[in-house]
Amino acid sequence: MDKKYYDPEDLKKFGDVTEFQKELGDKFFEYYGSVFEEGALTKREKALIALAVAHVIQCPYCIDAYTDETLQEGCSEEQMMEAVHVATAIRGGASLVHGVQMMNKVKKLSM
Amino acid sequence: MKSLIAQSHSLADPEVQLDIINNQTEKVKRLEKFESKLNDIGLYPLKPTGIEIFQINVGYMCNMTCKHCHVDAGPDREEIMTKETLEYCLEALKHSDIETVDLTGGAPEMNPHFRWFVDEASKLDKHIIVRSNLTILDTRKFEDLPQFMADRGVEITCSLPFYNKRRTDAQRGEGTYDKSMKVLKILNEIGYGKEDTGLELNLVYNPVGAFLPGDQKSLKQQYKDRLWKDHGIVFNDLFTITNLPISRYLNFLVTSGNLDEYMEKLVTSFNPAAAEGVMCRNTISIGWDGTLYDCDFNQMLKMKTEDGSPQHIKDWDLESLNDREIKTNQHCFGCTAGAGSSCGGTTT
Repeated sequence: MDKKYYDPEDLKKFGDVTEFQKELGDKFFEYYGSVFEEGALTKREKALIALAVAHVIQCPYCIDAYTDETLQEGCSEEQMMEAVHVATAIRGGASLVHGVQMMNKVKKLSM
Repeated sequence: MKSLIAQSHSLADPEVQLDIINNQTEKVKRLEKFESKLNDIGLYPLKPTGIEIFQINVGYMCNMTCKHCHVDAGPDREEIMTKETLEYCLEALKHSDIETVDLTGGAPEMNPHFRWFVDEASKLDKHIIVRSNLTILDTRKFEDLPQFMADRGVEITCSLPFYNKRRTDAQRGEGTYDKSMKVLKILNEIGYGKEDTGLELNLVYNPVGAFLPGDQKSLKQQYKDRLWKDHGIVFNDLFTITNLPISRYLNFLVTSGNLDEYMEKLVTSFNPAAAEGVMCRNTISIGWDGTLYDCDFNQMLKMKTEDGSPQHIKDWDLESLNDREIKTNQHCFGCTAGAGSSCGGTTT
């Protein structure tokens, strides 16, 4: 067994997960395909959202895949990095907003 | 930057290029062959649907040396079509009902007989397309050309690999974007790209890196929005072109470690519908020395038209050329990936 948790080649085998559970796997990929079709949001907008989310969930496969996808969709480097900053702001804000809870507790406990 | 040929680079040799895209690594070797893919969909051997476009490469000389150039064009390239060969082209055009003459290079404007040829082809009532890199029109010697072309109703199809400066300059050289914007504004001022003038101005997008072009319609809208918002520039259409793995772009793929993945991407993105519409089926490519090729890419790989069919413009025979077999190799996957790619954009 290779001593790596992540191998870029594994991304190409993503579809093979149906091997162990076909029905649920097929349903997932059908759903996945539908999600990324052009809808109320453009494919380009969806690719930028996916890129941002990929950073929040820290999925290297997703980062590779959606970097490629956003480039294909004609996004500029600035747009891609701004999407990552949006994700970072929400992620950072999610920690920071809990500071209010800490402050409330401090105020309750303090004289 | 010098051309590969001026550097005596091994990749200047077409045989080396073909060997790389067929045999460079185990992964590349294992990829299905283009001919086999065509065979699977009943298109092998590939035959013309009838020549409609007469694409003349009037020379490899260019004022630029872009990183992706499949021609390996540049200021150090001296191959230029002679007037005699251009006369053979006119003779062939006189005796066929081909409507479109597509002038490419290098920078086609740099051919010393360019103006004369455009005039002569105009007299034959042909629709003329000039593939311009834009920056050449910002030089003193050629600054009157926009009006010259407008007066003759020439369509200008020009390279602009991205709507922003960073990526455009990365591929085509520092300062390209600013010069291109300046020339596009001049073209707009004389009516190019504007509705009802009949002066067609089209842009060509090609990926700045080892990825495929996205949806042509969506990219066109992005270009329209950004160029209008940032510069007040308008244009008619945008053509998306896939970079083919030959010449300087192949050099980039090899040196950046992207060859395997890019070739695999091209092969796995093979689209039978795109294969049906490949440009070599309705286009003939004429090299600077009059040699005939199935397309401009085959020209750069020195893959002449099939033995037995005319191989030089002076032997022009439309019927025989329409009956030839088109030569293919692994680079052809570039024209059949996704929505397909041609000098006129997607093929599906």
